[in-house]
This record gives sequence, structure tokens and C-alpha cells, in this order.
Amino acid sequence: MTDAVWQAFALLGSLNADLIEIIGLSLRVSLAAVLIAALVGLPLGALIATRRFPGRGAAIVLVNTLMGLPPVVVGLMVYLWLSASGPFGALQLLYTPTAMIVAQTILVVPILIALTRQIVADLDAELGEQLRIFGLTRWQQILTLLHEGRAALTTALLAGFGRAIAEVGAVLIVGGNINHVTRTMTTAIALETSKGELALAMALGLVLIFIAGLVNAAAMALRGGADAQLAPGRS
Amino acid sequence: MDQTVLRPIMRDVQVMPIAGDALVVRRDGRTLLDRAALSIAHGAGVTVIIGPNGAGKSLLIRTLAGLVVPDLGRVTWAGSPPDRRRARRTGFVLQRPVMLRRTALDNLVYVLKLHGHNDAAGRVVAMQHLADHGLARVAATNAQRLSGGEQQRLALLRALVLEPEVLFLDEPAANLDPASTLAIERQLNVAVEKGLRVVLVTQDLAQARRLADEIVFLHKGRVLEKGEAHEFFRAPATAEARAFLAGDLVL
Repeated sequence: MTDAVWQAFALLGSLNADLIEIIGLSLRVSLAAVLIAALVGLPLGALIATRRFPGRGAAIVLVNTLMGLPPVVVGLMVYLWLSASGPFGALQLLYTPTAMIVAQTILVVPILIALTRQIVADLDAELGEQLRIFGLTRWQQILTLLHEGRAALTTALLAGFGRAIAEVGAVLIVGGNINHVTRTMTTAIALETSKGELALAMALGLVLIFIAGLVNAAAMALRGGADAQLAPGRS
Repeated sequence: MDQTVLRPIMRDVQVMPIAGDALVVRRDGRTLLDRAALSIAHGAGVTVIIGPNGAGKSLLIRTLAGLVVPDLGRVTWAGSPPDRRRARRTGFVLQRPVMLRRTALDNLVYVLKLHGHNDAAGRVVAMQHLADHGLARVAATNAQRLSGGEQQRLALLRALVLEPEVLFLDEPAANLDPASTLAIERQLNVAVEKGLRVVLVTQDLAQARRLADEIVFLHKGRVLEKGEAHEFFRAPATAEARAFLAGDLVL
């Protein structure tokens, strides 16, 4: 056991090529998923927050439900879509990083919609009338609200990234944990631990903990720095 | 203010006179405006709307300003219904100032840019306005950190930099100390001298006497009196207005 710990640090220290590859893929997949989820989630969240339309209440319940989706269920769903006999089977995406990005995007989108809705709704209650007084169009109002909420929204993005980078069930099912192709930090940890190869598992675990710490520190710095955005001369 | 820096902001577009005809606004089964009728004439001056709590004063100016759509009746700006484009010739100052999360200067730059100034020109104009109104020293301060009085003076300035034809104010001094109230009133008087029409709601009868050229007395959602201020205070025409001025009117 102690040996494994030392080996883990040795692996990290040696910048082992396999290790770097796995970390790199994890970051690429999760960052891509968060980016795509942001493009979908921020506008949808803002829209639900600022517009009244039939089915709005149902949409909010749906989004909140989806937020709690177990990653394995999302994995299964995407697997069924992408498998050879599924509706998107022809794309041959199963067991590729693209499939993992799709699955993680589906996991992150509801979080971003729900958090954005809350953030924008609170801001709209505070600023909405003033923005109408300014004579803004609907879309100008939404853009201004998103801009006003940028610190809180960045925290929401970090929360989404946290969910993506930490999940194992979805990427395992649709990625298949193929060495050098779809092996991520979490799937590698699951595999190596089951094989009794604790060193690599622990090294990756340490990296994950480090990333989690980094994300949290960034979130805190953003909250604390919300006023620093107002440094003189900034537009 | 140096007029040469300022692009002409839609000066060709007119909103005055503003008229509300038989305005009815209902909320939760209660009739808050009950066939209220009011017209605000073109030209400089101060119209002050007074009346007891719950009379519908705030709702009336929001409706005239196009922020609330009446359930019945209609509002016209220079003869046609309110529209978003012309809304930029109207200003509105809320009871509690709403500041964007940026510096005092950038709060002004924001509205100037909305109206076609580029960033550089906007900054020059905004800084000049802050300096003219004794707010230069807070230019780089987070606007939400300013005192209530400073925020309200900035909110008023933010409405005035666009040179509206008419400015609506909903109890702008309700939460302010006497010095800040005085500063606001002085700022308003200067703007009126330059041709602005002010429509002000207030609970403060002393303020109404100080500022008003014209008084509108609102009671239970209806305009009961409208007339020259001095005349109104000397001899109100209705029993309700007499009771209100005497402090006896209870809804």
C-alpha cells in the first residue's frame, strides 16, 4: 500500500506519457462538453427566466429532474442512440471521444439551464424595469442580464465542469474505456483499481482532487473578485 | 455641457404631448386605475402628481411612460401609441435607484452607447456630466457602493444625459436626506430651465409646493383635479383634495 503511494507520486513526477494522455483526454472531453452545454444552457436558462410561455412550469420541473440524472442512465441513453441499430448508428460514434462529449453535454446542460434561470431571474427582478426604461429589446435585456450576472454564471460553468470531469458512468458506457482512445481519469481509476493496480489509480485520483481544488479556488476568487471587476478604467 | 460632443439623439422624434384617456388598470380583481384621464402638455415645466397612498400614482406614471399597458383606455405620445423607439425620448427615475454592476462612469457610458455614442465619445460626455454635477470623485466607484443619495443623483443624471423630452420620477427623494433631496431638486430645476417637462410623483407636500407648476390630484384611481399649483393649494376644488391637504383623508 505504501509502495503504491510512492509509485503514484513517482508516476506523477515522471510525467508518464500514458498518464498525460489520459489527463489530456479527460480535460478535452469535459471542457468541450461544458462549452457546448454553455452555448445551449445559458440562452435557454435566460429565456425561461425572462419569458412567460405555455409549458414554462413543466419545463422548469423537467430541467430540475434532469439535473439529478444518474450518469449511467445518460450513458445508456446515448449508447442506445449511437449503437449500430440506434437512430444515429450510421454516424459510427460509439466508443469515440465524441460520444463521451455528447453524454457529458447532456449531463451538464440541465445544470447550466437551472442555475442560469435562477441567476437571471434574480437579476431580472432587480434590474428588469430599469432595462425596460432604457428601451432595450428583449434580446438586449437578456444579454445585459447575462453580462450583469457574469461572475455567478462563471461559477455555474465551473459547477458544470465539476460534474463532467468527475463522472464515470456515462463515459464508461459510451466510451468503452479503450486504451489510448477513450480512457479518461475516472474510467482508468475504476479499471486499475479493479485490477489491483493502485499506483496509477491513486496518481489519477490525486490529479482529480487537484483539479477539484483548482475549480473551487477559481470559483471563490470569482465571487470575491466580483467587485474587482470594477477596477477603474474598465469598460 | 458641450453640445458639440453630443450627437443629436433622435431630436426629430417627438413624444409630447402625452395623453392618457380613460385608463383602467386592474390587478387581482382590484381596479387600481379607474378611468383616469390626464394629459401632459408640451414644453418646460413640472407636473406633480399627489394623492393618498394607494391612489394609483406610481401606476399612472408607469402607464403614461409606456411601462404598463392599461387594461382599458389608451395612452398616446404625440398622437400615437407608445413605442420602444420613441421611449428613448422619455426618462424614468425609480424610487429606489437601480445601478448596473459597474462604475458610476460606466453606468452613464452604458446608456450613451445604447444611443449611438461610441465608447470614447461616451466616456468624454459621461465624465463631463459627472463633473458638472459634483460626482466626478466617484466616477471610478462601483455604483452599487455609492450612498443612496449619490445613487439617486446618478440615476437622475443617467436619465438626463439622453436629453429626454419628458422625465417621469416616482418619489425620487422618498429615501433621501434633506441635502440629497435638495441636490436632486436643484438638478431638476436646471433641466427644466433648459426645456424639460417633469412629471413627478411625491408624498411630500412641501416638495410639491416647491417644485410644481401644475398639480394633479389622484384619488382611488381617478384624476379628481388638475390645475395650476398655486391655485390648487390656495383653493382645492374637491372635498377629497381639501381633506387630503388637511391630512384628514383616509382611504
